[in-house]
Amino acid sequence: MNTLSGFLIVTCFLLLGASRLKVSVRMLVAQGTILGIIPFLHETGTIDAMTWLVAASGFFLKGIILPWLLLHVLNQSAIRREIEPYVGYNISILSGIVLLALSCWVAMYLVAAGGYNKPVLMAAALFMVLTGFFLVISRRKAITQALGYLVMENGIYAAGVGVSSEFNAIVELGVLLDVSVGVFLMGIMLFHINREFDHIDAARLSELNDNPVFPADEGGTVR
Amino acid sequence: MSILWALIIMPAVAGAVSFFVRSDRFRHAIWILTAMSHFALSVAAVLSNIRPVGAWIGFDALAILFLPLTSLLFLGITFYGTGYIARNQVTPDFDPDTGSLFRSVPEAVFTGCMLLFLSSMCLVILSRHFGLQWVAIEATTLTSTPLIYYHRHRRSLEAAWKYLLICSVAIALALLGVFFIALSVPAGYESLSIDNLIRNAAHINTKWLEMAFILLLIGYGTKMGLAPLHTWLPDAHSEAPSPVSAMLSGALLNCAFIGILRLQQVCVAAGIGSFGQHLLIVFGLLSMGMAGVFILRQPDYKRLLAYSSVEHMGILATGIGVGGIAVFGALLHAVNHSLVKSMLFMTAGNILSATNTKRVEKVNGLCQMLPVSGTIWFAGFLAIAGSPPFGTFISEFTILKSAFDQGHWITAAAFLTFLSIVFVGMAGPFIHMCFGKSSQPVKRESWLSVAPPLIFLFLSLILGIYIPAHMTDILTEAAHCLGGAGL
Repeated sequence: MNTLSGFLIVTCFLLLGASRLKVSVRMLVAQGTILGIIPFLHETGTIDAMTWLVAASGFFLKGIILPWLLLHVLNQSAIRREIEPYVGYNISILSGIVLLALSCWVAMYLVAAGGYNKPVLMAAALFMVLTGFFLVISRRKAITQALGYLVMENGIYAAGVGVSSEFNAIVELGVLLDVSVGVFLMGIMLFHINREFDHIDAARLSELNDNPVFPADEGGTVR
Repeated sequence: MSILWALIIMPAVAGAVSFFVRSDRFRHAIWILTAMSHFALSVAAVLSNIRPVGAWIGFDALAILFLPLTSLLFLGITFYGTGYIARNQVTPDFDPDTGSLFRSVPEAVFTGCMLLFLSSMCLVILSRHFGLQWVAIEATTLTSTPLIYYHRHRRSLEAAWKYLLICSVAIALALLGVFFIALSVPAGYESLSIDNLIRNAAHINTKWLEMAFILLLIGYGTKMGLAPLHTWLPDAHSEAPSPVSAMLSGALLNCAFIGILRLQQVCVAAGIGSFGQHLLIVFGLLSMGMAGVFILRQPDYKRLLAYSSVEHMGILATGIGVGGIAVFGALLHAVNHSLVKSMLFMTAGNILSATNTKRVEKVNGLCQMLPVSGTIWFAGFLAIAGSPPFGTFISEFTILKSAFDQGHWITAAAFLTFLSIVFVGMAGPFIHMCFGKSSQPVKRESWLSVAPPLIFLFLSLILGIYIPAHMTDILTEAAHCLGGAGL
């Protein structure tokens, strides 16, 4: 389990350093696969039919369907790489180290609070959440933001593995359904953004603010 | 119990069916019939006076308060919405602010999402399990995103993208919080059921619970529109079609609020109620202050209403944070705010379709041009600003009095200051819009577009003069489980 947690941490660093979006999607596949295996290594829990079902659908959705969806959007939009992110790749990786230290520290603190005994998995999970958060904030492309959301969800899913005996399988399936529909909706909207604006640059989605400019007042023309 | 499941499943089924119905008339019939029977069922559930509580869903005081309210709002918005949609489906539409043309989402998708939205909100209100509640709250985001993107133009696309991304990311944090709740209880308890948690509150590890509260407050607080996490709210509310804005502001924000209240209930039982209260006061006052800043000189009247929602969510959070009778006041205020704000958004829709602009400075002489809408627009302003004799006055006054009584001097002073700033900030635009000479001739208003807001305004007026004894009991009971006191 600790080895797999280590792999999860490595995928996060690759995500932080990757400029080519296809690499990022591959990292998602890797994460989904690892997350599909981890529930079976969970020592204390007995492996019943519901665990199988949750783990299998988790792998199917996070490892195959959702990355495929993002890849599809990527191919449609003729975007290959993230250009000029707000935060450069070197600084991203350095921030990643800081975030990792932070998540290790929080994980130790939480384990010291009692009731949870997988510090490495918890650290990896928190690191994934923070990495996802970082990607959402520091990248320009809307598609990278969707990707960051998925990384974050993966992290939370990993944190949930340790508590899955407490967590009801039906609820877990509900969570998976919600996340998938969410990413699906994001995919559909990426298509629309791509068509409407000829780009999927979230930084240029900035018409809405409190001092709007109304082109119609300045003699804007009807398209 | 079956009646509660029916309240959730019926609109879900009707919504799923609506996606595939091709005839507009038939789909409208489904929509209206579902709304009416949903309201009838929820009233029956309240009147039956039975309170089934199961492992998944149950009917407690908070649910009794918010379920009929949500159902009533949906009914009113349904009648308003059918007329609105009929007017809006003339494609392509003209967007007056950018001077471009756009189309709208197919009506089947709109109706279907609307009904699914109702179903998911009812699930939030009724759920007795933190995991299920999380699933339901995320479902409200997913079902309402297509509604915000109803007008297919770039500004609503931007608003919908912001809404979906910001709320999803925030609610993901809340899920981490839900896991932490599970970890706060020693193994062996069914740990995410709200009733079990309250029953076993003595065994809860408060460190984990505090951590969970912070994460849930950030997650659901974003959805509720607490500053500084409110950034999606003005965009979504101003770009969504008016019936949807009314639903978002009146019903959805309450649902996110309930998400926080449920955990506060557990915190109170575990003896750390004051931890949450301090945080709620900070977020509440910050929301009121920031809303005040953005309301001053706001050029867009739908954004004005949206910021006013941020302010009122701040009032609710402050009320719960102050404790005592203020909790009673905050819950009463949630009801009042829902009625008045959805009424205002519906009226804003009438004004928008008559004048074709969202800019305050371009609207003039409403009382002349739209006699009914103009009048209730101004009356609605008085109501939302908390003037007597409307219900909002009573509830805001209750919170303020409680703050003074308990010696929260700074909170009370800030509360009063922000309320006055907002009053002044809103008075200007509303007076400008309502009075003066109209450049356009008097327009006819269909009764479908004015009757629902008129009724909501009337209900808020009644709540300002007389609160039924049954409602007082429910409010008191709900306040007690949140560590407050009743009247």
